[in-house]
Amino acid sequence: MAAETLTGSAATRRRRTIQPAELLGTIARYIILLGLALTFLMPFYWMASSAMKDDDQVFTVPPRWIPNPAYVGNFLSAWQVQDFNLFTFNTVVKYAIPSTIGTVLSSALVAYSFSRIRWPGRDLLFAICLATMMIPFQVRLVPLFIIFKDLDWINTYLPLVVPAFFGNAFFIFMLRQFFRSIPTELSEAAVIDGANELQVLVRIILPLARPALTVVALFAFMDAWNDYLGPLIYINNEPEWTLALAIQRMGRAMTEVGASANAYPYLMAVSTIVTMPILFIFFFAQRSFIEGISLSGLKG
Amino acid sequence: MAVASRKWPRLSRMQRHDLFYGVLFASPWLIGFVLWTVYPIISSLYYSFTRYDLLQPPQFIGLTNYINLTTDDDFFLVIQNTLWWVILSSPIGVASAFLMAVLLNSRIVARSAFRAIFFFPSIVPIIVVSSVWAFVLNIQYGAINATLRAFELPTIPFLSNPTVVKPTLLLIHMWMQGGAMVIFLATLQDVPRELYEAATMDGAGSWSRFWSITLPMCSPVILFNMVMAFIGGFQNFALPWLLTQGGPNRATEFFAVFLYRNAFQYLRMGKASALAWILFIVIVIFTVMLFRSSARWVYYRSE
Repeated sequence: MAAETLTGSAATRRRRTIQPAELLGTIARYIILLGLALTFLMPFYWMASSAMKDDDQVFTVPPRWIPNPAYVGNFLSAWQVQDFNLFTFNTVVKYAIPSTIGTVLSSALVAYSFSRIRWPGRDLLFAICLATMMIPFQVRLVPLFIIFKDLDWINTYLPLVVPAFFGNAFFIFMLRQFFRSIPTELSEAAVIDGANELQVLVRIILPLARPALTVVALFAFMDAWNDYLGPLIYINNEPEWTLALAIQRMGRAMTEVGASANAYPYLMAVSTIVTMPILFIFFFAQRSFIEGISLSGLKG
Repeated sequence: MAVASRKWPRLSRMQRHDLFYGVLFASPWLIGFVLWTVYPIISSLYYSFTRYDLLQPPQFIGLTNYINLTTDDDFFLVIQNTLWWVILSSPIGVASAFLMAVLLNSRIVARSAFRAIFFFPSIVPIIVVSSVWAFVLNIQYGAINATLRAFELPTIPFLSNPTVVKPTLLLIHMWMQGGAMVIFLATLQDVPRELYEAATMDGAGSWSRFWSITLPMCSPVILFNMVMAFIGGFQNFALPWLLTQGGPNRATEFFAVFLYRNAFQYLRMGKASALAWILFIVIVIFTVMLFRSSARWVYYRSE
């Protein structure tokens, strides 16, 4: 720097005139970024901090941003407002796990057929498969409800789990893209060694596609964990409720006359707990997550 | 297909093997497609010509459901609400996703942290989104209004005023654009560096580089995200249903909410099916129009 000021050449003078503008631009960019980030985080902060308040700290002006005293025990008490252990069991064991297994198995099988076996009509059917993603779910809503009602499947998890075993168009697309990137020499070598198609899929393709399969499994699990509409339509019986339905009831009960004490903190506490698994999954699999979603834009 | 089936007897052993395994492995989707898509779509069309309350068998009434809708004031209110939502939320959502991606794509530190923060709201359970926002926006003790009241400023009736509630939903919608943003970010990172370098050498400023390189290179993905936003916008259900139940004064009674109400609250399965088919056709028309218009504004890189 000292040398530059001494020489005072035209070049440094030019750089000096550009620098303030650039600096301003950078500062403006960071102000926008930080402002946006704080705005985006605010609801989560409000949720987590309100979870540890009592009613006195909730119903106050100005709002109390830092709970004091912080009732950490709220998380436990809130969990006991309803039988949330049961609802977690329903959500995970009856819904998320079986539907994830079904989705991964069936989507991998179909994606293998659509990417690594050459058969007439394949590409047309794949195009139709993609096109089904554009069909609004409302068109199928009423008939599917009637089918499942006639099968006596209402208030069971069968309407949510059984269709998962028939492949999911988006995941078929994702896995197909991945399977196509695996060199054909690998599977050809196995075929020469006498492996059939199922053996090629299980022994060669699936191990190589583990990252993609993990993403699909995570997405499928999260779809079930986050699902609201499916349980809303098919599950009415309280002992069969998912977490989403139980939280909905908590929220509705709050607006009724004679709402119980700490209704807001408890609702926020349960919301925080239910968000945690998503946060963990996202935190540990951020990379593959973002790659998986980016992939869906490749069609565009 | 036709050619292939005429050639059927002449397929080689290998081709028959491939056809057999191809169809076998694709069969979960093929069967599911018939069971959970083709059959429901066709029967939905049939139900739309019936009166059906689940208790009595469906009764064929021809076009009555459709004709009744033409004189149904509720239906026109719902159409207005839905068009308002789709026409504003799609471009605004896509634009905010794009701008966030451009911001993240500039030279900044902690990019992945910012990306995570902007992305995360899009994967949070919708029940949590609605519970938390209902509290944040609460007229008396929500984070925003309690702050306003502390400064003796007028409160904002985010969820209780019919003219304010739709813009409120728009804000929450913009907060949930993580998916589209990530897709844009991947596209931006794919734009060849040389293009920008060449433009800079020719003396293009950052603004003109944005207009003449970034936007055209991203236009196919803008189209993709617009199509997805339109399709999603017409089907907007969970947030208005959970946050406002269609209110206040039915300002958030959108098409999907109205349809759900008819099907599962009033058990008018026939009318709900007619609504579903109208929605389906409108979505197809909008999508086709969007693709048609795209010839004028989407730039495809020649490979």
